[in-house]
Amino acid sequence: MAGQTLYDKLWAQHLVTSRDDGSALIYIDRHLLHEVTSPQAFEGLRLAGRKPWRRDANLATPDHNVPTTIKERSAGNAGIVDDVSRIQVETLDANCESFDIEEFRINDERQGIVHVVGPEQGATLPGMTVVCGDSHTATHGAFAALSHGIGTSEVEHVLATQCLIAQKMKNMQVRVEGQLGLGVTAKDIVLAIIGRIGTAGGTGYAIEFAGSAIRELSMEGRMTICNMAIEAGARVGLVAVDDHTIEYLRGRPFAPSAEQWPAAVEAWRELVSDDDAHFDKVVELDAAAIEPQVTWGTSPEMVVNVSAAVPDPATADDETVARGMQRALEYMGLEAGQKITDIRLDKVFIGSCTNSRIEDLREAAKVAQGRKVADNIQLAMVVPGSGLVKRLAEAEGLDKIFVEAGFEWREPGCSMCLAMNADKLGAGERCASTSNRNFEGRQGYGGRTHLVSPAMAAAAAIEGHFVDVRDYDPGSARDRDDALSA
Amino acid sequence: MKKFEHLQGLVAPLDRANVDTDLIIPKQFLKSIKRTGFGPNLFDELRYLDEGYPGQDASSRPLNPDFVLNQPRYHGAQVLLARRNFGCGSSREHAPWALDDFGFRVVIAPSFADIFYNNSFKNGILLIPLDEETVERLFQETEATEGYRLDVDLERQQLTTPSGETIAFEVDPFRKHCLLEGLDDIGLTLAQSGAISDFERRHRQAQPWLFRDV
Repeated sequence: MAGQTLYDKLWAQHLVTSRDDGSALIYIDRHLLHEVTSPQAFEGLRLAGRKPWRRDANLATPDHNVPTTIKERSAGNAGIVDDVSRIQVETLDANCESFDIEEFRINDERQGIVHVVGPEQGATLPGMTVVCGDSHTATHGAFAALSHGIGTSEVEHVLATQCLIAQKMKNMQVRVEGQLGLGVTAKDIVLAIIGRIGTAGGTGYAIEFAGSAIRELSMEGRMTICNMAIEAGARVGLVAVDDHTIEYLRGRPFAPSAEQWPAAVEAWRELVSDDDAHFDKVVELDAAAIEPQVTWGTSPEMVVNVSAAVPDPATADDETVARGMQRALEYMGLEAGQKITDIRLDKVFIGSCTNSRIEDLREAAKVAQGRKVADNIQLAMVVPGSGLVKRLAEAEGLDKIFVEAGFEWREPGCSMCLAMNADKLGAGERCASTSNRNFEGRQGYGGRTHLVSPAMAAAAAIEGHFVDVRDYDPGSARDRDDALSA
Repeated sequence: MKKFEHLQGLVAPLDRANVDTDLIIPKQFLKSIKRTGFGPNLFDELRYLDEGYPGQDASSRPLNPDFVLNQPRYHGAQVLLARRNFGCGSSREHAPWALDDFGFRVVIAPSFADIFYNNSFKNGILLIPLDEETVERLFQETEATEGYRLDVDLERQQLTTPSGETIAFEVDPFRKHCLLEGLDDIGLTLAQSGAISDFERRHRQAQPWLFRDV
């Protein structure tokens, strides 16, 4: 018998019952909640007279609607100017209170984007099943936790039963071997993967990211990659447990106690695919060949190397694709053949559950240090993923680097990734964004989004247009400045 | 959940691949704490010429005459015909709520995104994946024939076109059963609470660190 993949093992460990028709009941260890996809679920519980099955499995925090400006934030919920947004956050507070669910409220320092908060607290652990009413729950797979987004009906189902009705997915392995070039990051790896397999390439699969380039990545980098598995169509992205995983978790508030730690680590070490495991599909990428990536269109698969040009719909494989590309060019206000580095920007957003962790902010700060945001950039903002990320960044002086360079340093939340709060693009505005979706209207009605890494976003802010961040390695700015002043 | 057995519905063609859930229902409408009322904002950015916001009276907004659902011949459509990877992106269940509230009960496309697929069935919407060639042919027939209706028979897993041609479709047996009977998932699962409790006990023994209130 062939060995098991990591996904096979996680599935088997959580299988409560399975039926002849292929559907199964799987047990859920961790349920993360936020204000947008939970109110109807709590209402459903209330109407049916049900209670949460297991209170301690749930953890909530408001993130999508919260303001990121200090003035509004200091007033707590009352500072949310938009009534409907405020009611949604207040509803989460009220529901957590009445169902006795732990919540990090708006001005708790532990508040932040659910997918930053879970791992940071150690509330995401290897071997868990983790769900949340949010498609970017795939993020937690970086810890070898079986994690995926669910809808609101499923949120209610998990609250009431601690289980999910599920069907086993197929296994895909994406192997990234070799050494990444200087200035090339996890974000570029995942955008390159999506460019290769397409936004539906992973539909029906759990993707395990493997290979030497993945093993070299920090947990932050692995989270960035798993986060965007859904942008390749896969609900689940996974990375096997290794020393990085275990060291990251040591001492976190929700992590196993000192006495449970050795047994936990022993169990976690098993969370790797067996050597002879069978994958239904294998995709291989050469890390050394990956360049910094920039999306040009309205789907994450519409992505090219920074050194490339906007593609021509005439080169598309079929008519549906060609029409999609043409429509994207029109929406984005771009011409086929235009060089990526000639695209001028209006705004820059560094944040989101993809890229708002400490390492992301460090990479962006390295580029921003000692430089100034270009005059044509109306707004360049940095939004840390949680209150704790913010505190750490400030302790390292990153906030000062950003502010001196002309970036705004904000309070934690989802912010302009999806513009449910006041942070949004105006019609026709063009933004370099470290978020995960470049869909039409995503960052604001008529807004134009280009997805890039934090370092690429920071470099674009400085130059006012896209540049190859590899020409921008730390030190080169100082050299250039020295040369200028000499 | 609403039952689905049989439907004879007018078909509307949405000729676009990778329709994401942001396009189906834009983020500003996700601030509602209700499950209903999303119909007027289905495909909001395609349907209207202005920017929509929650709580607005949609009847006074300027319509985009080029958008397919604004054409009188498609008024009252219950079957949406679409291209590959329909429903990709965000997990928002507001997308099927909006489709349902607008009046759609069936979506036909070459493929669907996974989370949207789950969410739709939980709301009594039947998703039918058909091969690209068949979908292309249905597009041509729908556009060529005003009042084009499809007969959708879930029990027999069969579509019938106006010319009497039948097209078989696949649906997973559990979802079909739930849809035909209008079953409440939670009730079904709670009927297995004994098995869940047993599993939980073993799980806690094996990995006590997964439980905080021991």
